[in-house]
Amino acid sequence: MIKDMFNKKRKYATISKQEEHEDVPEGLMVKCPSCRKIYYRKEIEKNLLTCPNCDHHHQMSAPERINYLLDDGSFQEWDEDMVSENPLEFPDYLQKLEKDQKKTGINEGVVTGQGTINGFPTAIAVMDARFRMGSMGSVVGEKIARAIEKANELNIPLILFTASGGARMQEGVLSLMQMTKTSVALERFDRAGGLFISYMTNPTTGGVSASFASLGDYNFAEPQALIGFAGRRIIEQTIREKLPDDFQTAEFLFKHGQLDRVVPRHEMKDTLSTILEIHHVGGGQ
Amino acid sequence: MKHVLPFEKPVVELRQKIAELKSFTSESDVDLTEEIATLENRLERLEQEVYGNMTPWDRVQMARHAERPTTLDYINHIFTDFMEMHGDRYYGDDEAIVGGIAKFGNQPVTIIGHQRGKDTKDNLRRNFGMPHPEGYRKALRLMKQAEKFNRPIVTFIDTKGAYPGKAAEERGQSEAIAKNLREMAGLTVPVICIVIGEGGSGGALGISVGDKLYMLENSTYSVISPEGAAALLWKDSNLAQKAAESMKITSYDLKQLNIIDDVVEEIQGGAHRDLENQSNHISKCIEDSLKELKALPTEELLEKRWEKYKKIGAVTTVVQS
Repeated sequence: MIKDMFNKKRKYATISKQEEHEDVPEGLMVKCPSCRKIYYRKEIEKNLLTCPNCDHHHQMSAPERINYLLDDGSFQEWDEDMVSENPLEFPDYLQKLEKDQKKTGINEGVVTGQGTINGFPTAIAVMDARFRMGSMGSVVGEKIARAIEKANELNIPLILFTASGGARMQEGVLSLMQMTKTSVALERFDRAGGLFISYMTNPTTGGVSASFASLGDYNFAEPQALIGFAGRRIIEQTIREKLPDDFQTAEFLFKHGQLDRVVPRHEMKDTLSTILEIHHVGGGQ
Repeated sequence: MKHVLPFEKPVVELRQKIAELKSFTSESDVDLTEEIATLENRLERLEQEVYGNMTPWDRVQMARHAERPTTLDYINHIFTDFMEMHGDRYYGDDEAIVGGIAKFGNQPVTIIGHQRGKDTKDNLRRNFGMPHPEGYRKALRLMKQAEKFNRPIVTFIDTKGAYPGKAAEERGQSEAIAKNLREMAGLTVPVICIVIGEGGSGGALGISVGDKLYMLENSTYSVISPEGAAALLWKDSNLAQKAAESMKITSYDLKQLNIIDDVVEEIQGGAHRDLENQSNHISKCIEDSLKELKALPTEELLEKRWEKYKKIGAVTTVVQS
């Protein structure tokens, strides 16, 4: 097509990722990776870390998410001191964890606790993609399982934000078994009539996608979030076929009936609050 | 034997030599009985040495052995009156998972298992034992049916993993596996899971949540294949042998990590050497488990299942300074 000819041109003008970063002073300014506009970081922060121009959703850390979502001062954290051991004695694993602890200010890839949203009490677990790519090891599994149990005990709903590349390689099969552990905990919560809302953010793949992320009474996702079981490259190699651009995006999943709604960040609080209210009125919780 | 694994070559060579000598003795006047006896003694020792010191990588090879018995092989040897049931009632029938009803002695059971092919044609039909969502949904349908009619469930795990394909993603591979994990946790009948070959990641988990988890001695259970782990961790899939060791994926590793209930002893040289006897070992294990689990009231069964998974993991808390 003629249009393609024009598109081709752009390829030659692409700047490498490294140069891109050098363009923008670290910290103060942020360049939107989607529309390439440059903003003050403060501007984006005021806008729930979404691009004012194209609505691109920037990565949101667990503490940021909790700050934005929960009523001021309502958050009480659970198990914040829990850290991982090195069960398979993988070289450098503990050092890598330490490095990420320093970088992120949190001890592991998920923050759990309880708080209120517009006055409605809820348990909350937020994964953080900055910590070992949000991968699930023993601690992530344990903290989430405990949060589920605790929500069950307190008879309050549970909202879980996922952001994870999948299982954590350095903990091998112990990571894999966290999928089961969290799912068994969810079954107990489910049986007791507990309300569980799964909110998938970029990325939610592998073992996390194939366990609690998919098990919400309501399954939501942020726009454009990458969500899927197997990696794109592995699928392309297996079926020897190029995959469509929107493959495994939130919108792709929505189209295929896997999500209740794609919820932009600006609607996050209202959406969750409305659901909490309906369940509050309707009984059960 | 058609398929010889690298580490067992010395055994096979010696066995061939003995066979040659035997046929030579029977065809000529020379009596080599004594030499043969010596060699047979040596063979016995060699077999013990080779098969008694298998490395994790040797076991990976054994778990993938072309002649390794499959789910249907064991079903035919362990159960009677097996009748296969098909289809997930939503989309199709995935032949990478087989399921149906049968009798174990006098006990009605539901059986589910991954099914690999025996040759290329068969493998294409079975998609190399790598299920799509409809496979997991069929499994769940049959398990719910088992629950309704109060039949214990036995599952056989033998897959490289759930199929990484476009259609699988479109139809919700993640959801299908996730739902099985949760629903299996709540089944009110005993569930016994046995890994007979490769236990590949989420695709294996999808039918292996239960009250008992066993592994055949030379089977593996892992979050990723050794090749995949090597590529991911060290950017070199040739380091698969090293990965097989550090990832702790053998039956003995998992026993040590307290993830499985027990290792099911395997015939020396691999399950394929004596299917009948191997089936007996598995039967014994099912029989003992059923006896124990059927005695438990439902509530206790479910509570124990939760306790079993609850304790898996390695966590600690930061010491406050």
